[in-house]
Parts: sequence; C-alpha cells; structure tokens
Amino acid sequence: MMRATQVVDEMRPPVPAEPGAGVYSKKLGMWVFLASDVMFFTALIGSYIVLRFGMPSPWAQPGAVLNVPLTGLNTFLLICSSVSMVKAYAAIADGKKYFLRKVPGKRLQDGGLKFWMLITIICGAGFVGVQLIEYIKLVGEGFTPAGYREASLLAEHALADPIKYGAGVAGMYGSTFFTMTGFHGFHVTCGVISMLYLYFTKVLPEKYSAQDYRGIEVIGLYWHFVDLVWIILFTIVYLI
Amino acid sequence: MTTPSTPAQTTHVRPNYMLIWLYLFVMTIAEVLLAFELPVSRNLKLILLLILAIWKAMLVALFFMHLKFERWRLRLIFIVPLPLAVILVTAVIMEKVF
Repeated sequence: MMRATQVVDEMRPPVPAEPGAGVYSKKLGMWVFLASDVMFFTALIGSYIVLRFGMPSPWAQPGAVLNVPLTGLNTFLLICSSVSMVKAYAAIADGKKYFLRKVPGKRLQDGGLKFWMLITIICGAGFVGVQLIEYIKLVGEGFTPAGYREASLLAEHALADPIKYGAGVAGMYGSTFFTMTGFHGFHVTCGVISMLYLYFTKVLPEKYSAQDYRGIEVIGLYWHFVDLVWIILFTIVYLI
Repeated sequence: MTTPSTPAQTTHVRPNYMLIWLYLFVMTIAEVLLAFELPVSRNLKLILLLILAIWKAMLVALFFMHLKFERWRLRLIFIVPLPLAVILVTAVIMEKVF
C-alpha cells in the first residue's frame, strides 16, 4: 500500500504550478538549467570567435582538417533524434504507450512512446559513436588539442600548405575544436544515459500516461537544446 | 495561489513535426553546399551560413521545444541570456580591437 502511494505521488502529484512562470517545477528547473547552459556555450563560442578572428594568421580552411561529410551524417542523426523525441512526446500526449500498432487502412504501423524513444536513444548513441570515430581518426592523422603532432600526416600537410591548414594557429584550433565538440559530446552522452534510465524505469513499465508525461517533456527539452547547440556548432566549427 | 498545470492541460495546435524535420534536413544540405560548392564571396557566405544556422535553431526552439506555445514568462527565461551573450562577446571583441 505504501509502495503504491509512493508511485502515485511520484507520477501524479497535485502538480502545483510555480506562481511566477506558471509551469510545474521540474519543467521550470529544466528551463533555468538550459538558460545557464546557454551562457556556458556562449562563453565557449564567444571565446572561439574572439580567438579565431583575433589571430594574425588564418585558421585552417573548412574541410581541410575536419571530415565534413562524416559530421554532416552526424548532424542528420541528431536532427532525426530530435524529431523522434518530439514524436515520442506527441505519442504519449495522445496516450500511445505501445511500441508499434497496426492501424486499419494504413500500410505503416503507428509508433508509440516505446518506439520513438528507442529511435531517439539509437540516434543519440549513434551520434556519440560517430563522434568517437571522428576523434580517433583525427588524432590518428595528428590533430590533437595541442595542434598538429610532430611528424604526423597533418603536420606534413601543414608544412606544404601552411595557409590551407592554418599552420600558425594549429594549437589554438585544436584546443578550441576539442573543447567545444567535447563538451557538446558530453551533453549528448548525459542525454543518452538519462533516456536509457527513463526507458527502462518508466517507459517500458508504462508509468507515463496521457495525464502525466512530465519526464518525457523535461528530457525532451534537454535533448532539443543539445540539438540546437549542435546546429550552431556545426556551422561555426565545421563550415565557416 | 497556485493553479494546477500538467502537460496535458497545455493545449495548442500540434505542429507538423515531419515538415519541420524536412526543413532542417534541407537547410543542412543547403549549408554544406553553400560552404563548399557555391562560388560566393567569403563575407556573403559567412552571413548566409549564420542566417541558416539561426533559422534552424529557431525552428528547433519554437516547434520542437514548443517555445512558440509557451507563456511569455517562460520564454523570457530562455530569451534573457541571449542579449547577455551578445554583450559578453561584443565586450571581449572590443577589448581585443582596442
């Protein structure tokens, strides 16, 4: 009896809204955290802009060092995960707790919360995996947070064409690149772990309902924010 | 003086999420093409890429994060850091320039 009460309290408390913002406290908390994260990433991106455009010699040209097609694929994965996250949110808002269900008259089955959350987790984990592959490849070619490693492939290229590879500012390039994409990757990893936890403890046991799906909404906000930050980072770091 | 507020009580017309996804996908391809294929000046390229990135970020914030349908008080929490961020970057750039 005690256990049942606890579960009910956890999932369906009276949900008093905060008097100021008019939303439930978990959502308000997430928004306040996201606001602080905006400042965190702004500090990183702002420092990058100042360092890059304040340097006397030019940065490496887009695509010279970084693998843009691979990162383009990663961007696609993250965009897909964002849409699957919002589809999960819409599914549970409509009370669809199931994985897939046949719909009369339709060829494709209808996806529920379990399906869309799983897609989101797979895409998110895929993003982290591709980023790891990218890092391993870059370090293997000689691109490290300290710049181009001596006697590496990239160091040789930089000697042959110092303008294209930004030989004069390689150290700064490496440190800003790994700091920004590393912190973003850390955010994505935390998101994937959180979603896995929710998936096994709340989604699979069908603890969310059309009346209360706050956990999905709150993790969704975080996940979309991570996508939003990557959209900016992809342009600034890889394309400009 | 609190009022009950659950996600289920937030009612609005649901956006077409797949259409937003398509916009994001097309704009990402446009960005890559613009960066590597289109013969435009560097400054114009920079401006267009930033516009596309901000546009994509706005689509995610407004429709996926449902900021378009939230109360103004909640939107302010997200909007307030943005001018502060611009001030921060501008101040550091000015220090570098002068």
